[in-house]
Amino acid sequence: MRVFVPILLMLAAPVFAQGSGPTPALANRQLSDPAKEAEATRLMHSLRCIQCQGQSIADSDASMAGTMRAEVRQQIAAGQKSEAVRNWMIQRYGEWVSFEPDFKGAGLLLWLTPIILLLASLWVARGLFWRRT
Amino acid sequence: MNRPWLLWAPLVATACIGGLAIYGLAVPKDEQVHSAMIGQKLPEFALPPATQGVFPLSNKDMGDGSPRLLNIFASWCIPCKAEAPQLEELKAAGVEIDGIAIRDRPEDVAAFLDEFGNPYRRIGSDSEMAVQLKLGSSGVPETYVIGADGTILFQHIGDIRVEHVPMLIEKLKATK
Repeated sequence: MRVFVPILLMLAAPVFAQGSGPTPALANRQLSDPAKEAEATRLMHSLRCIQCQGQSIADSDASMAGTMRAEVRQQIAAGQKSEAVRNWMIQRYGEWVSFEPDFKGAGLLLWLTPIILLLASLWVARGLFWRRT
Repeated sequence: MNRPWLLWAPLVATACIGGLAIYGLAVPKDEQVHSAMIGQKLPEFALPPATQGVFPLSNKDMGDGSPRLLNIFASWCIPCKAEAPQLEELKAAGVEIDGIAIRDRPEDVAAFLDEFGNPYRRIGSDSEMAVQLKLGSSGVPETYVIGADGTILFQHIGDIRVEHVPMLIEKLKATK
């Protein structure tokens, strides 16, 4: 009984919830070229898993993340540049799929706000320095 | 202090941030991932039949002059069972429906069709979810309205409920 209960618990419904299809070969197998694998891995860390939305596809165990990793590895192995692969994903799922916001639109605000705040605070603090001299 | 209005700046800034936080709480978050493929042609694909006795599905089977629905489902997906009567209703209304079975086994698809009916003209098997990725689809079930020329016109995320049936028929009519 002590052995059986944990095993039965492990076989709870979620185990079967992801379907029964095969996992694509390249989902969990590295590319033979280390340079390309490194490039693919870098890219996989900056693409969002669309099934478990807070994780990158490199971190996620979801079946969709496996499919996305396989797609990334296939395209990188075929000689695609990583930005081209990122754009391929963005074309299908929108900007949202990338963890690296582009330097345009709302992304521009994200990149520029810290610089603007820093400049504004220097401007506000400026009076303090002037009075001392 | 020669600029008294500057005193108010921190308060205004804090109020703006607070307002944003309240707005974020008040507006429900949209957790659905919408495909960015709407308005584009179907991607190229060719899928084998999902089980014995059904026709395979490729992108060339759609966009042949008549609009139709492309339903993405799986035998292991519970909302897919819930939408089965609505698919039957759509079929009865004369709607052509093609299906893609995601990460499925032929025997499971056969059992699913036995139990819940087969409203599909063709059913392709996307066992590695590669076509799902090409479509910008993020889960099961999803239903796409495909125009007469093979353009993806609309994406319905989640199961088709009774109230969605007239809307889908309307969308199909609008394409003609």
